[in-house]
Amino acid sequence: MHGIFTIFRRELRGYFATPVAYVFLIIFLILSGVFTWQVGEFYDSNQADLRLFFQWHPWLYLALIPALSMRLWAEERRSGTIEFLMTMPITALQAVIGKFLAAWTFTGVALALTATNWWTVNYLGDPDNGVILAGYVGSFLMAGAFLAVGAALSSFTKNQVSAFVITFTVSLLFILAGFPAVTDSIPDVLPTWFVAAIRDLSFLDHFSAITRGVVEARDAIYFLSVIALFLFINTTVVDLKKAD
Amino acid sequence: MIEISHLTKRFGRFTAVKDLSFEVKPGEVLGFLGPNGAGKSTTMKMVTGFLSPTEGTVRVAGHDIVTAAQAAKARIGYLPEGAPLYPDMTPRTMMKFVGRTRRMGGAKLRERMDVVTGLVDLGAVLDQPIETLSKGFKRRVGLGLAILHDPDVLILDEPTDGLDPNQKQQVRDLIRSMAEGKVIILSTHILEEVEAVCTRAMIVSEGQIRFDGTPAELRAKSRYAGAIEVEVDPGELASARESLGSLAGVASIESVETGIQSARFILIPSGEGAPLLDAVQDKAQASPWTLKSISVDRGRMDDVFRAVTTGPADSTERNGNLTTNTTTGGAA
Repeated sequence: MHGIFTIFRRELRGYFATPVAYVFLIIFLILSGVFTWQVGEFYDSNQADLRLFFQWHPWLYLALIPALSMRLWAEERRSGTIEFLMTMPITALQAVIGKFLAAWTFTGVALALTATNWWTVNYLGDPDNGVILAGYVGSFLMAGAFLAVGAALSSFTKNQVSAFVITFTVSLLFILAGFPAVTDSIPDVLPTWFVAAIRDLSFLDHFSAITRGVVEARDAIYFLSVIALFLFINTTVVDLKKAD
Repeated sequence: MIEISHLTKRFGRFTAVKDLSFEVKPGEVLGFLGPNGAGKSTTMKMVTGFLSPTEGTVRVAGHDIVTAAQAAKARIGYLPEGAPLYPDMTPRTMMKFVGRTRRMGGAKLRERMDVVTGLVDLGAVLDQPIETLSKGFKRRVGLGLAILHDPDVLILDEPTDGLDPNQKQQVRDLIRSMAEGKVIILSTHILEEVEAVCTRAMIVSEGQIRFDGTPAELRAKSRYAGAIEVEVDPGELASARESLGSLAGVASIESVETGIQSARFILIPSGEGAPLLDAVQDKAQASPWTLKSISVDRGRMDDVFRAVTTGPADSTERNGNLTTNTTTGGAA
């Protein structure tokens, strides 16, 4: 725990020591606002809820989280600081978890800053706050899944741009897995359970299930499993490829 | 304190370190020499637990670096090649980070930070982002981080590389002052540095130990060790060469430069019998030509280094090819 915490602390401070944090936060807030209130035509919907706000989150994360996660390990490897880090008495798992938790906390901060939307709908109407809370929980879990994918993929390369592009592509597949365009393209010879399994991998399905107002165990476990799987991959890659 | 046995590292088909075995005891400062790509950095990376060995073991203070990595790493201070640091942090925040990671408590950490700041002279830049610091300061920050927890074992990969002569001297003084009771291994290209700070010199080439002894023994291996440089009048050069060349202890004569004012040549000793100096002086007294000056060569490190690292067989022929021969491996 101690190792995780020192890494977590350094990383989180690191976000605010550079303009990265502020750029990310401002862009996230602007985009989530524009999508919800302008593109989503919130006022015309005449609904006192944040469904329109949350429905954009997978796409916001798709664009912004790879930008946040790309440097996590690629930068350590490029600059050689990974050698400094991994020769201190901490394990790769501690470093991986510490970095991930810092990034996740940071997106949590970004998400928390959108609470003005929550306040607005309460001012304008009488929303079901339980549903909104569930939406926030779901969005936070999904952000963690995007981040874990990005952190793992960032550890494969020294190049941040490669990390960004690869993470973007893989994340897109995770979103699109539930779309008919993807599931229909799977050849018929494959069994239906396989198609169903692919569809079950979709971030979108699990996220929209949560935003309907119920944080079901299976959806939460889904996102937590994705996080665990990718952090495991991340740890393995750091252990094996750190010196390459 | 450090026991390395049968250490081997292969990258694909390339063997960077081949069956290396040696021990380093407390109080020893081991200078690790070798051409680029000789396996110095690879060995250090394995000793510090950054790379895992293909074969063999490393034990640091009794802890195996693979099976008891955390305990072993806790005893080591390491300055990696090029002193990588987080550019957005300051020397102060970086020291705090390292101290906390190494489980140093508040008061102890503050005290060590003060000591280390003084030792590597960082007071003026303590709160400046590392990315704005000069190369010399960065190297000193890296060194400060390596010694922050007062480790028993210090591994320094080219600690003076890129420093100016004053800074080099500072770092060497610092290493010397810390040596007591510690194990220090440092790698370097600079042979004088080995003489200045090390109690033991080791030359590795192509992943194997080619020499292991004191810096003085290393110097003595030079064919110039005990050689005599003689200066005479250019007009008397031929007769001087002839009469001194006939001395029993002289193996060969090497020409140096012949100017208008003076001519010089070097008498290479055969290594048998008494030192040459007396014989040369006696001969000069008895001869008609005049000896203008005379000096004894202590041996040349560069010369030994080349001879040792390019193999015993055809050392002189391959001297010019040293770099091309040894950098093809490409190991860090």
